Amino acid sequence: MNPLSVREYIGADRLEGPILIIEGAGDARYRELAEVIGPDGSIRLGQVLEVSRKRAVVQLFAESHGLNPPDLRIRFRGHPLLAPVGREMLGRTFDGMGRPMDDLPAPIPEDRVDVNGAALNPAARNYPRNHIETGISAIDGMNTLVRGQKLPIFSGNGLPHNDIAAQIARQARVGGEEDFAIIFAAMGVSHDTAEGFRRSLEESGAIHQAALFLNLADDPAVERIITPRAALSLAEFLAFQHEMHILVILTDMTNYGEALREISNRRGEVPTRKGFPGYLYSDLAQIYERCGRVQGCDGSITIMPILTMPNDDITHPIPDLTGYITEGQIVLSRDLNRKGIYPPINVLPSLSRLMKDGIGEGETRDDHQDLSNQLYAAYSEVQNAREMAQIIGEEDLPERDRHYLRFGEAFENRFLTQERSEAREMSETLDLGWKVLSLLPKKELTRVSEADIEAHYPEDREGTGE
Amino acid sequence: MSDQIGTLDRVSEFIVRVHLEGPLTLSEEVGIGKDRLTAEVISLGKETATVQVYEDTTGLRPGDPVFGSGHPLSAVLGPGLLGNVFDGIQRPLDALKERAGRFIRRGVHVSPLNTRRRWEFEPQAEQGDSVSAGDLLGSVQETPLIQHRILVPPGLSGELAELAEEGAYTIEDRIAVIKDAQGKEHPVTMQQRWHIRRPRPILKRLSPGVPLITGQRVIDTFFPVAKGGAAAIPGGFGTGKTVIQHALAQWSDADIIIYIGCGERGNEMTEVLEEFPELNDPWSGHPLMERTLLIANTSDMPVSARESSIYTGVTMAEYYRDQGYDVALMADSTSRWAQALREISGRLGEMPVEEGYPAYLAARLSAFYERAGRIKTLGNREGSITLIGAVSPPGGDFSEPVTRHTQRFTRSWWALDRDLAHKRHFPAIDWISSYSLHIDPISEWWKSEVAEDWNDLRRQAMAVLHEESGLQQLVQLVGPDALSEDQQWTLAGARLLREGFLQQNALHPVDAYAVPEKQVKLLRCFVRIHRLGSDLLKEGISLDRIRNALDISGLIRLRNEISNGELEKLDQRADEAVRQLKDLQGKFESKEEGSEEAETKETSETEPSSSKKEGS
Repeated sequence: MNPLSVREYIGADRLEGPILIIEGAGDARYRELAEVIGPDGSIRLGQVLEVSRKRAVVQLFAESHGLNPPDLRIRFRGHPLLAPVGREMLGRTFDGMGRPMDDLPAPIPEDRVDVNGAALNPAARNYPRNHIETGISAIDGMNTLVRGQKLPIFSGNGLPHNDIAAQIARQARVGGEEDFAIIFAAMGVSHDTAEGFRRSLEESGAIHQAALFLNLADDPAVERIITPRAALSLAEFLAFQHEMHILVILTDMTNYGEALREISNRRGEVPTRKGFPGYLYSDLAQIYERCGRVQGCDGSITIMPILTMPNDDITHPIPDLTGYITEGQIVLSRDLNRKGIYPPINVLPSLSRLMKDGIGEGETRDDHQDLSNQLYAAYSEVQNAREMAQIIGEEDLPERDRHYLRFGEAFENRFLTQERSEAREMSETLDLGWKVLSLLPKKELTRVSEADIEAHYPEDREGTGE
Repeated sequence: MSDQIGTLDRVSEFIVRVHLEGPLTLSEEVGIGKDRLTAEVISLGKETATVQVYEDTTGLRPGDPVFGSGHPLSAVLGPGLLGNVFDGIQRPLDALKERAGRFIRRGVHVSPLNTRRRWEFEPQAEQGDSVSAGDLLGSVQETPLIQHRILVPPGLSGELAELAEEGAYTIEDRIAVIKDAQGKEHPVTMQQRWHIRRPRPILKRLSPGVPLITGQRVIDTFFPVAKGGAAAIPGGFGTGKTVIQHALAQWSDADIIIYIGCGERGNEMTEVLEEFPELNDPWSGHPLMERTLLIANTSDMPVSARESSIYTGVTMAEYYRDQGYDVALMADSTSRWAQALREISGRLGEMPVEEGYPAYLAARLSAFYERAGRIKTLGNREGSITLIGAVSPPGGDFSEPVTRHTQRFTRSWWALDRDLAHKRHFPAIDWISSYSLHIDPISEWWKSEVAEDWNDLRRQAMAVLHEESGLQQLVQLVGPDALSEDQQWTLAGARLLREGFLQQNALHPVDAYAVPEKQVKLLRCFVRIHRLGSDLLKEGISLDRIRNALDISGLIRLRNEISNGELEKLDQRADEAVRQLKDLQGKFESKEEGSEEAETKETSETEPSSSKKEGS
């Protein structure tokens, strides 16, 4: 940071929401950090969106109510917005811009990095191949999470996505105690949600290995653009400089997307689906792609974004584009939730793309892949059988379909269902999978090999599920 | 690339306006700022030019210098392309990593091809020959698998005044001199530049007739693509586009594979980078990377380079095609490319037509897919480019502009279905809505190379599947027991086809790849069983007896259990199943073989018409 590169302008010319226009500031740089200083000395941060010889356009990351453009002083800092990063930031709580909000002195940063990060060279990445045991059967057994993966939770309002995220944060076993940390970034969530998460980490003692970035529902929406970036800057530093394993939880990406839409709208950009800007995909990708592992370094970043699908609509642009970027998705179901099943994970639309390389012999168990394929295929038959039962009644169903109905009940009530505090071992999950499968006759099992049936199917109890 | 031709006027993300002080041409490659970021002129006025920058523009400001290059944005072509991985503007990612570390830094300039490496050049022309564009000058062994033919570059002809002797040369060394009609001498090296947006010239187009064998049963047997054809894989997220593209890159019988990861996941590209060097080409036994080159513009890289990545890739494909190779190019995903087009158009303030896309979307898509084809090259060789584009419709909605337009310009359509994917039916290619317009020319090849009855078998199998989909709707209303035994048998036959043939496990060591013979034998087995069962039903044998005589799950597992090298076992198992059925008849299969043929002919002819009745 060369102090000579700092320039100051007195008086701006126009203010439209978070967009500030400064005539004559033709020496601003694209994406340079701007400090906007009010008459009372208050400082708001912004960045240059566009610059020509005549003027600079600055986007503020704060509310602009009550400001009068001519009264403002604008200081261009000669560098983009930087995020302070360092190990001392663990155990602390920050606001959505990354400023400490826990009344303690600011941690001394080890470095300051461009919050936007940079694209990782795919030739410098390491492909993720180690699974993370979350203790949740629906995830471990059916949609295994892998270190370095980005796996979102697609949820709806009123579903227990926060409980699941908190449970994963408490139970997830990635590496040892010391080199594991959780970074939690909240965008536009309620005080209760943020507090609930903090308490859950506190009770499990994980809070000392966690950093919280909170942009709450009543904080400025424009700040939300920075929150995940500040959090991921810290994650990158800890993972790739300190070789730690980092789990980043981002909630709620729907609020983030809406903030982006608001700014795009203010700038008069051409909208696409549901008014979102055409660059929503690239923008989300710049966040989600900051996960992974790199060569020559032991650390990893695993990202678990949470988003509530407006109207439970999975084709809404935010879940849709997220699904195209992330390596799978965990989808929650309102139906399962109504039945009182926790976690209400609908495994059929859920998917973990990296699972295939993170499981099997040496990682989990050699029968894992086939077993999960079989459970999927069977559970999807259950849906057919249930539809049929609604039409012609359960009694008139062919025997095969009645087997599937019984399997479906057991799968939901015994395999999926568990306590919020229950951490199931991987082997327990897999054994449970075979147990519920044994409610089906052997000839229905076409996805598993004869050898696996031999080894795991409880022979004498075919059709009992015991 | 040296002269300053102007200064920056305005910066708005990756679009900048340049105040001109020197000459510039449209599509010229320019360098922006002190770091000389790679950029391309996209519109040109008298005093200003609009320029698209292919790297991160953070920190640029008005007044920064702009440099011209004198040539359009081009791909550098020559030995050393294969086995490499490039970004959207042809920077080799390995060299970038060595130079700049883990992250892609802007303003890092690395030569696209290794200029120090020496290649063993073997001349294959004579000094004094009269040569024209496309003629062979010599060759180098680029990889153990691929001989790189050094040709007279397009646009050049005359007398071969000088030709290098056999020996080791770099791509910058002069290997020939061609004296044109005016007596002007043109030095020729092993590398050349080609404007990525301009198709390379050809002699003439040929009609495609040979299938690209992919080893994927549902594709090869039901919806084949010809060498030189264009195919599209539309599908929402999670339907398995990328897995199919990877399988195609791995198993296709093309000579050269070009894989473009366009706006897709970083980890996926890394997977390819880690796996392909380990995997062997099933056709030659050599490592796959010896015939493969990759272009990676991951979704976090600059969006403008996403737009160029497709053109960079297809230009390289044309370069190898011109050498007489069959090239298969996979683009995953063309939707990201179209969206990059949309983003650029939006930044330029152009009037959008539908869903924000510019009016020229369809024209750009058709121009891209038209670069596919089987052709006669300038040097009178035969080569082909098969284009396979993945399409990612927002919300899985196939009526959106990119999917719709793509359908107009491709001839094989592999529609992925979310319901199938949820049922873990992979590849999730929906057999009802997919199609191929290549079947007629291709069936000749199958007939003469593999099996006379290929087209009959696939037609009969398709009839069963179509009939099933009609029946499924009925089942939803009245339950399976309300169907006639004949109809229930159709459901059983369709299940055999779906689970035993259409499904294919890309991760299974045996099942991942099926040679054409295995595909035909498997299909024949299921079609035979289904036909025979229908006959037995007609003879009054009950459905239950037929079902009990068959080991359905065993038949479904045939695809996993019998490898490409032991296909006679497949015949044995098929005969065995047929015998078990025939035992119900109380006949001996040996002497009735001839009459079975006659019977089946009859049923095969009546089937399509009966399915029509059921469907209505």
